[in-house]
Amino acid sequence: MLFRVLMTCGVMCGAIVAQAATPAELVQTIKSVGNEGAGHSAAVRAVKELSQSDAAALPEILKAFENASPLQSNWLRGAFEAIADRARKENKLSAAMLEGFARDTARNPSARRMAYEWLLTLDAGASDRLIPGMLRDPSPEFRRDAVDGRRREADWLREKGFNKEAIAAYRQALSGAVDDDQVKAIVKPLRELGETVDLQQHFGFLATWRLIGPFDNTDGKGFDTVYPPEREVNFAAKYAGKSAEVAWIEHRTDNDYGIVDLAKALEPFKGAVTYAATEYHSASDQVVDIRLGTPNAWKLWVNGQLLFGRDEYHRNMQIDQYRVRAPLKQGQNEILLKVCQNEQSEDWAQRWQYQVRICDAAGAAIPPATAKTSSKSQGPNSQLE
Amino acid sequence: MPCSPWCGALVVGLALVVPAKAADWRQFRGTATTSVADDAPLLTSWSESENIAWKADLPGRGLSSPIVVRDNVVVTCSSGYHQDRLHVLCFNAANGTLRWERQFWATGRTISHPKTCVASSSPASDGQRIFALYSSNDLACLDLNGELQWYRGLTVDFPNASNSLGMASSPVFAGNTLVVQVENDSQQSLAVGINPLTGESRWTMQRPSRANWTSPAVMPGSNPDDDVVLLQSSAGISAINPLTGAELWKYTDGAATIPSSAVQGRTLYAVSHGITALHFPAGSANVEQLWRAERLNPATASPVAYGERLYLLNGAGVLVCADLKDGAVTWQLRLEGPFTSSPVVAKDHLYAFNEAGIGQVVKLGDERGEVVGRGELNDLILATPAIANGALYVRSDKTLWKIAAK
Repeated sequence: MLFRVLMTCGVMCGAIVAQAATPAELVQTIKSVGNEGAGHSAAVRAVKELSQSDAAALPEILKAFENASPLQSNWLRGAFEAIADRARKENKLSAAMLEGFARDTARNPSARRMAYEWLLTLDAGASDRLIPGMLRDPSPEFRRDAVDGRRREADWLREKGFNKEAIAAYRQALSGAVDDDQVKAIVKPLRELGETVDLQQHFGFLATWRLIGPFDNTDGKGFDTVYPPEREVNFAAKYAGKSAEVAWIEHRTDNDYGIVDLAKALEPFKGAVTYAATEYHSASDQVVDIRLGTPNAWKLWVNGQLLFGRDEYHRNMQIDQYRVRAPLKQGQNEILLKVCQNEQSEDWAQRWQYQVRICDAAGAAIPPATAKTSSKSQGPNSQLE
Repeated sequence: MPCSPWCGALVVGLALVVPAKAADWRQFRGTATTSVADDAPLLTSWSESENIAWKADLPGRGLSSPIVVRDNVVVTCSSGYHQDRLHVLCFNAANGTLRWERQFWATGRTISHPKTCVASSSPASDGQRIFALYSSNDLACLDLNGELQWYRGLTVDFPNASNSLGMASSPVFAGNTLVVQVENDSQQSLAVGINPLTGESRWTMQRPSRANWTSPAVMPGSNPDDDVVLLQSSAGISAINPLTGAELWKYTDGAATIPSSAVQGRTLYAVSHGITALHFPAGSANVEQLWRAERLNPATASPVAYGERLYLLNGAGVLVCADLKDGAVTWQLRLEGPFTSSPVVAKDHLYAFNEAGIGQVVKLGDERGEVVGRGELNDLILATPAIANGALYVRSDKTLWKIAAK
């Protein structure tokens, strides 16, 4: 009888052991999570089980960030932090493993930063070893720390009167700076030291455009109305506009932040739509960030494909207010922007303007390979050559 | 978009919800969304050196209210230059020690007005789980030990669900469902009912395409199946069954998009044309308008119904007391404003924190209100406090305070 009981327990235990998934399997389940709760039922069980793992699972989880979507990355992070927190309290969290991962720039930038922050809980001095070399790191947060460090060094040099060295240090800091606050903190002293800085070039703002408008946007209906430029971008064409014939005009903005003020470039029309077109020459097939700031409703096409639009008015304008991932082809790419002004009469509702820049995922400008213009190109709904 | 046909294909919460303890404060404006905790009196004076049981440092920024679940005080924060680092922190209510902190990365937009931030929505709890929502429409569910249960990115699901000024509606838990308003100027303006166990949507409902920063109110039923959730928007008020998303009744005469309406029993004091009292008898599909008082105009802070009175803070920083029977003003009291956080009430005392961090304690009488206490925290206070177990929990960007005897 006792033998039978022991055998039964052994079989049951064996079954239980056989059923436990490995961290790699649990990670795969978690990486099946998709939109609107897809994959959640299995992922809820998987993340619960994975979170109970010991520190040996951490490298597997870090590797799993490769090709993980932002959503999946948060699931992985949840498990990672539960394990790391427990491991740290048990003195089982490996600083060497974390530092090795954080240093590897081929790895997922966000995961590297997470590993680094956990490393700091074990070794606060790690920042001195790692950060200075990270001015051009793929992780925007690592870059930010490195830029801050170099800028402080430049400030010190300037304070001591070593202007030539300070300029060099500021220039180095600027080479990594992608956030406006840091850029401002560097450009101000550089200019005071007699240096020139082209902010448009630094950020990658598109400054040269062709504009056509106004078309009608009474009651906001123009947002969805397909006006001729959406069918064909023909710079020689003229169309019936909101109240008169309209034609394309050339416009270049000198604003440091690439702001195109449509109210000045045209007139402060209300209830109006303007289209803005430009070309961007890409060195290769690549996916870039097109980052837009505007207080107006807008739509964006690249090479005839509508990428995104937002029907929102006067709720703010900031640099990088909107980020759109855009596929570019090697060579010439056509960018078309629709910018709508509504009819609000409040003082704060009169801006009709936009700024557009092209950069990588970290925010660093991707300069055009060459600049080309053409007099006619085909619009959003036709095939490009 | 009508209520999803999936309304009927649900897994009802398997009785895993822990009944609310009287001492818990489980969501914005409390477990019952009334802004009232009447189980114990609170202190009426404090300063940075007096009557602060403990205080704890917080990272980044936050306008969300703390919540209290058993002996856990939970706070959300957002940090980083782009406000894209999302934090959930859990403190021991007794002594303020940090039990755990978890971080996530925003998957949605993190742009907001400078006054607000990404950690603007207050978290909610069913007693076992914490549901943390952010202006980026990231929604994390963790258990009370900080272990992730599930994660949703509602802007990932609905790419145009966002607001360049930031979003701030807080989720509510009722009817074994987490109800989240994701309302904004685009066509992807929605309310979603989410299964707390799995994070899957039970239903998705199209809402008016207009920015909206209000939070739902709850009319609790005798059991969770009878709970009603009231969704407020520029169009008015919708009363829904939170489990199914079915609309029970609708008031379509418009409502405010910043201060949230007050609820008491089966009556909603809607911030609409001043205040409009709407009564919804149990078992009925008809809403009855009891009265309307156009001179009652709450500013940013949400009004509170307590006893037989309605209390609201107007744009001039005046606390107005009105009769719940007919909306008639019974007394007014000028306080030191301005106010962004909403007042809360405990044992006949109303607590209002202005932006300078001055907390004013008003004894609520039938004929008049009287400031009987004051406390200064010398910090910018924009978040509505929480009350639990005889303590007041107040947060700024950088600090969480427990105001209670040590």
